[in-house]
Amino acid sequence: MSVKATKEQRVKETEEEEISEDLDLKVKKYLRGGAANFDDLKDKKLKGQLSHREFLHGASAKAAAKYEKWLMPSEGGYLEADGPVEKTWRIKQEDIRREVDISSSRNQHDVILPEFSPYTLDFTSNGQYMAAAGRKGHLAIVDMKNMIPRREIQVGETVRDVVFLQDQSFFAAAQKKYTYIYGQEGIEAHCLKDQGAVLKLQFLKNHFLLASINKFGQLHYEDVSMGAMIGNIRTGLGRTDVMQVNPYNAVVGLGHSGGTVTMWKPTSSAPLVKMLCHHGPVSALAFHPNGHLMATAGKERKIKLWDLRKFEVLQTLPGHAKTLDFSQKGLLACGTGSFVQVLSDFSGTQNYSRYMNHSMVKGYKISNLLFRPYEDVLGIGHSMGWSSILIPGSGEPNFDSWVANPFETRKQRGEKEVHLLLDKLPPETIMLDPTKIGTVKTARKKEKSTTKEIEAEMEATIEAVKDGINMKKKTKGRSKPSKKLKKRQEIIAKAKRPFLEQQMQDGQLSIKKQKINEEVELPKSLQRFARKKAAT
Amino acid sequence: MKVKTISRSTDEFTRERSNDLQRVFRNYDPNLRPQEKAVEYVRALNAAKLEKIFGRPFVGAMEHNEAISCMAKNPNHLKGIFAGSEDGDIRLWDITSRRTVRKFPGHRGAVRGLTANTDGSRLVSCGADCIIRRWTVPVEDSSDDSVKPEDFHISKNAYWGVDHQWKGDQFATVGAQVDIWNHTSNAPVRSFQWGTDTVISVRFNPGHPDLLATSASDRSITLYDIKTTIPIKKLIMQTKTNSIAWNPMEPMNFTAANEDGNCYSYDLRKLNEATMVHTDHAAAVMDIDYSPTGREFVTGSYDRTVRIFRYNGGHSREIYHTSRMQRVFCVKFSCDASYVISGSDDYNLRLWKAMASEQLGVLLPREKKRHEYDEALKNRYKHLPEVKRILRHRHLPLPIYKAAALRRTMTEAARKKEEKRKAHSAPGSISTKPLRKRRIVREVE
Repeated sequence: MSVKATKEQRVKETEEEEISEDLDLKVKKYLRGGAANFDDLKDKKLKGQLSHREFLHGASAKAAAKYEKWLMPSEGGYLEADGPVEKTWRIKQEDIRREVDISSSRNQHDVILPEFSPYTLDFTSNGQYMAAAGRKGHLAIVDMKNMIPRREIQVGETVRDVVFLQDQSFFAAAQKKYTYIYGQEGIEAHCLKDQGAVLKLQFLKNHFLLASINKFGQLHYEDVSMGAMIGNIRTGLGRTDVMQVNPYNAVVGLGHSGGTVTMWKPTSSAPLVKMLCHHGPVSALAFHPNGHLMATAGKERKIKLWDLRKFEVLQTLPGHAKTLDFSQKGLLACGTGSFVQVLSDFSGTQNYSRYMNHSMVKGYKISNLLFRPYEDVLGIGHSMGWSSILIPGSGEPNFDSWVANPFETRKQRGEKEVHLLLDKLPPETIMLDPTKIGTVKTARKKEKSTTKEIEAEMEATIEAVKDGINMKKKTKGRSKPSKKLKKRQEIIAKAKRPFLEQQMQDGQLSIKKQKINEEVELPKSLQRFARKKAAT
Repeated sequence: MKVKTISRSTDEFTRERSNDLQRVFRNYDPNLRPQEKAVEYVRALNAAKLEKIFGRPFVGAMEHNEAISCMAKNPNHLKGIFAGSEDGDIRLWDITSRRTVRKFPGHRGAVRGLTANTDGSRLVSCGADCIIRRWTVPVEDSSDDSVKPEDFHISKNAYWGVDHQWKGDQFATVGAQVDIWNHTSNAPVRSFQWGTDTVISVRFNPGHPDLLATSASDRSITLYDIKTTIPIKKLIMQTKTNSIAWNPMEPMNFTAANEDGNCYSYDLRKLNEATMVHTDHAAAVMDIDYSPTGREFVTGSYDRTVRIFRYNGGHSREIYHTSRMQRVFCVKFSCDASYVISGSDDYNLRLWKAMASEQLGVLLPREKKRHEYDEALKNRYKHLPEVKRILRHRHLPLPIYKAAALRRTMTEAARKKEEKRKAHSAPGSISTKPLRKRRIVREVE
């Protein structure tokens, strides 16, 4: 009996351990970085206050982790193969359709509209509505929950891109000459003439900024809440329609034909980052929602994944991609020709491998891929209309009613808009590391190299110069050994000179310092007659 | 093949009936809220601005026929306050309706001291007409609005102040000497005299019912135990102390409102230095009163302002003024710590909110939560320049602003002079006393 009891206890303990480990992992996410180190603090009172703060922070993280573990209403989707023979990427959409419930299978559909295609798509942040723009002048707003087209308009000219503003009540379309903003009834609200012929649009939701890149490679930021141009930047890197906003810090990434990717903020005319990613033109760009991962595709048949904290390449995959998109859960969709591939990093290792494939009908050319937020759905805009397929495990299963609510009512939408406007961020808050706000800027001190290091450096340069000396053969006694030796010594002395000069200067400085120290020895009443210290 | 996709039925995620509350789901994942720090900062900035917008502390005024000289709280009745004025008029005010409830006629000269006993049934007043009057405070609904004194006592000298024990039935009057009375006897139970100068204020200790502190015009603060016959301690400062207030939560500490414009907090057990010097007033501080929480106190000054200090803060947290308010002679914190009442030379009692931007009335839970959140945000970002500038800013009338600036210049000049003198003397020959000790002349046992 007692043995049994202990066994049960042990089982219980191991279970508890597992639970606590699982919780620890989750707590880490909510801690948002490690705790500060208070060991050097001498102020006991401050130390106490700060450690209390840290305690509260930890407690709130724990509470959030517990909430996530026990109280979330829905679980995420998944797709698993039976046994080692079956592969997830061989599973077809038809097979999935047979397995899932009716409401999910409604999300698999094709809309064939060849006369206005190719189509580009955009979803509202809660995934309730989709905007589709046909290149030949067709704009449509579709209610994705009820599968009803809310509004369709024909603008009668080229439409290159469409993007929702803060919610479904407004959307912007990049048309032949200008960008237009339409209300939800399809009535033109604004025409943004000073942006020129825009190729690609992006909306920065927290800042109410509409970012656009035009035919001449000019990047514009328009504040849509006030109607003011916040930034007008000439990139000087040529025409491009590869633009994507990093959702983590609202920095705009541009991919250029020279293979570089640049990142911009509205308040500076120079790029924050300029990195050479490919040897051919950059064809697509996407950012992971956590902001630390970027995927780029080059025309030289490479897809690269970048770590944006170190600006290093993590993984290089072969393949073309006309368009890339990350889902909320971090799946990466690549579209080229009529073929869609979805990559996944299983268990969050940032090592992406094949997850699902989807081939469209031959001849369809994919122009745009976009995951629908809070759903396991991938929207595909292509040369014959648009389609939607199921990608299990791509969407965030649990929404937050205060962030984005897929079941939003009209009243909630109105209140949300007011709150968004109240919390509108100024454009200065766009920066590479947004956690820097409210922190202390540490003064960066240049470290002085020691005398040993200086000597070593001098010797190294002298050696390099010696190795590099290559005397030409000259006539008329100019190649005499004595002359050659003299020349050689001259070259070495020249290389040495800057170091010696530096040494001299330092020596003089120390002498000066000594003098000043001597002056300090003067009696206090006489010090005001002493010579003023020279600015060093 | 095992497959599952997200599929939400509308019924599960929306309310059942139209009169139900909307259902709310939370997901605290940081990835769903990009730039949360920037958003928080903007919210803190907005909260600071809102605090300024709603910072309207003045509630209303109550008028006498002469300058207000003293006030007394009724400890048993939250909305009543007694006020005495220079023409001998004593009134009980209802501060919710701001109307006179009762008049206590009788004094011929200025009323100098007012106090009520612990249950608020009796009032004691004394004045420059050398009379102490004892009154029974009538219950609320009696129709007669003026009250006759129960009895009175005439002495040879004018009285300057009176205070009642926190627990017990004795009270102390000050003037030429310190007298201890009880409500039944017709002569003082005990009298103290230490020095010849007039005693100008008196306060009983809230913790120890028999301990009291007085200040006198010989610049002294004296402590008495009314059970013994001799006073305990005397502290002499460089300038006169106009009023004293004990901290009700830490009753060993008291704060003295000084003629030099500063308030000095002392620990009763260690009178050789102040625990804190509260500076900011540009002229003499006339009266001081602690909040019942013991965390704050209010001061009224000759510079026509009322200030609120934290008990451990060197500078004031708040300054109140109006263009019509003249020199403030008496201030009181209300018994629920949410209002401040000031009486001034311009015949008016003024009612102020203790927190200038606090929302009055019953708060809904959501409102309460919102205010708490805003408060936490302001506290978190109070050191950032933009937020700090908004939170610190107070608009001041030009004369007060200039007087404060002049005072700052003077103290700075004195400091510089001291520094120079020190620099040009033999090292160690001049020692600077800290501000906490500087104004103390000596301590007498």
